[in-house]
Amino acid sequence: MSAKTIKVDYLARVEGEGGIHIRIKGREVADVRLTIFEPPRFFEALLRGRNYSEAPDITARICGICPVAYQMSSVQAMENALGITVDGPLRALRRLLYCGEWIESHALHVYLLHAPDFLGYEDAIQIARDHPAVVQRALQLKKIGNEIVAALGGREIHPINVRVGGFYRVPAKSELTPMLDRLQWARDASVETVRWAATLPFPEFEPDYEFVALRHPDEYPINEGRIVSSTGLDIAVHQYEEHFFEEHAKHSNALRSVHKDHGSYHVGPLARYNLNFDRLPPVAQAAAREAGLTNVCRNPFKSIIVRGVELVQVCDEAVRLIQEYTMPGKAAVPVVPHAGTGYGCTEAPRGILYHRYRLDEQGIITEAKIVPPTSQNQKQIESDLRQFVASRIDLPDEKLTWQCEQVVRNYDPCISCATHFLKLHIERD
Amino acid sequence: MAQNAKPRLAVWKFSSCDGCQLSLLDCEDELLAVAGAVEIANFPEASRAVGKGPYDLSLVEGSITTPHDAERIHRVRRLSKFLVTIGACATAGGIQALRNFHDVKNYISAVYPSPEFIETLSKSTPISDHVKVDMELRGCPINKYQLVEVLSAILNKRKPGISSHSVCIECKRRGTVCIMVAQGIPCLGPVTHAGCGAICPSYNRGCYGCFGPKETPNTESLAAQLTGLGVSDPDIVRAMRGFNACAEPFRKEGEAHER
Ligand code: SF4
Ligand code: SF4
Repeated sequence: MSAKTIKVDYLARVEGEGGIHIRIKGREVADVRLTIFEPPRFFEALLRGRNYSEAPDITARICGICPVAYQMSSVQAMENALGITVDGPLRALRRLLYCGEWIESHALHVYLLHAPDFLGYEDAIQIARDHPAVVQRALQLKKIGNEIVAALGGREIHPINVRVGGFYRVPAKSELTPMLDRLQWARDASVETVRWAATLPFPEFEPDYEFVALRHPDEYPINEGRIVSSTGLDIAVHQYEEHFFEEHAKHSNALRSVHKDHGSYHVGPLARYNLNFDRLPPVAQAAAREAGLTNVCRNPFKSIIVRGVELVQVCDEAVRLIQEYTMPGKAAVPVVPHAGTGYGCTEAPRGILYHRYRLDEQGIITEAKIVPPTSQNQKQIESDLRQFVASRIDLPDEKLTWQCEQVVRNYDPCISCATHFLKLHIERD
Repeated sequence: MAQNAKPRLAVWKFSSCDGCQLSLLDCEDELLAVAGAVEIANFPEASRAVGKGPYDLSLVEGSITTPHDAERIHRVRRLSKFLVTIGACATAGGIQALRNFHDVKNYISAVYPSPEFIETLSKSTPISDHVKVDMELRGCPINKYQLVEVLSAILNKRKPGISSHSVCIECKRRGTVCIMVAQGIPCLGPVTHAGCGAICPSYNRGCYGCFGPKETPNTESLAAQLTGLGVSDPDIVRAMRGFNACAEPFRKEGEAHER
């Protein structure tokens, strides 16, 4: 009987550090482990004793790829604890800021991190040698996303303008309207992205996922909604911990979430799309249909098309938000600290990001809990790997290794967040 | 071959959020030019391809927090002709250095149900505590234009134009009226290293020191001014203990206000 191990010691094109270890015994997959060796940074511990107002800036540093997501979930949780509602143009500005991060993050993942796998290149710079126009489109898309974040947030990474209650300074409409032309270009370029992604080769693979995402009465979920799932779960954000809990696996510095009585679940673009197709604007629905998608898509490799559809959605929404914007009189609603517990959950580009804080009378954090998207997908990634390898056990190791890496990259895993990730080993014995 | 003559660049990650190395991918207009001028030999966040060392230039992100990383940084140094640390994590230990003020065991058990699975050092330390560093870029995150400047200076064998004055000077250059004087908003600008272009004050917000201390900062006099504005001692401690908490001047000033 042949025995072997397939291993990837340092998984590339994911944010953070991790590896994959797969042991194959004869024709059976004996063991699959996603090893996260990203060093733990103990955010939930270091937040204790900090002021409520510091949470958006501190938690942003969990992830340089999606700092806005951390800022949005943390302010929502704090505002929930302190009984504040942020609505009107301030809410619209937050949504616009989040659209900027989605555009930047999705353009980065679709073209620079995910596409090389499908096209057989090691990286996007190699793609640029053969297909310069594709990479230029990617970079220009990414750039307009970053421009929104920088305009509203002060800078692209770890923006400085978000505070509990609103912002430090709000822009005049004239600061935003110059972006409109390029955002309209970006919406067209996103439709083009969906068309291009649909031409890529996709392995046949459709696991029976439980999808979990936010759902809002009339918006595609970004910054607000109830937590729903494809098995019928429908709960308010504060009930999250009654239904989901975290396990700590020995081989990992990351905690993995499990849905009670259900096991692994899937968050991110695919989950949002399957649960919220009806909330996509006509232009995004049309792009999806033209690409051959229905309102159900279970192939995780096709998440590259779905990210494209979401790019159409956020570019379209950004255009609308800017057109409808009127500058509010105040940059923030007043905040009076008091004791309380608050819950927040928003859709980071990679899936739902849950925060809970407890504050004392002075507004000092006494307890913090953060559940990032990658720790929620981790168990699902392992299960995908097990199923995927089982059906392709006879592939040569080199090919199988690359495809396994791709299975992981389908999730756009952000390992820096999950520690609060990758090596690939395939072992055959 | 011209291809072989290109300087070889490597990007390394230690304990960090990936934000500083992302700054390189965020140089949308310059990225392909940079990729044309250097051989990107090792950059796992962007590429599967791994070229063996030695490397002409290494960019190091993140701080040292595990026994394994404390060894790995020595190997990176041996393989690198010129080593530049990028960001507050690499230059001062980062936000994760807040553990240095506590018992790390309490930190581990606060986050992980099975503390025995976690291997970590009691302190988060900057790269310069472990190996010789040729140049440091400040900021949480770094300013991408400073990164491009450093890359182009090194490629052209000239000295990079990176100034070491305070954020205050950048406010003056930018034409931002001092928010501390005019509006009484507490600000760490007077003691904070330049580089960001004085972003926060231009957004009506006090600087929170993400570029770390400038050379010879007068933190004591700033703390007195903050007290005058009604900032409490615990809030001064928190202000000093941010993303550069273990940079010496900030660490000392924080301790002076702790009871
Ligand atoms: S210095 Fe700040 S931005 Fe840079 S890696 Fe560290 S936490 Fe991230
Ligand atoms: S003003 Fe201060 S806190 Fe704000 S970005 Fe600049 S150095 Fe960082």
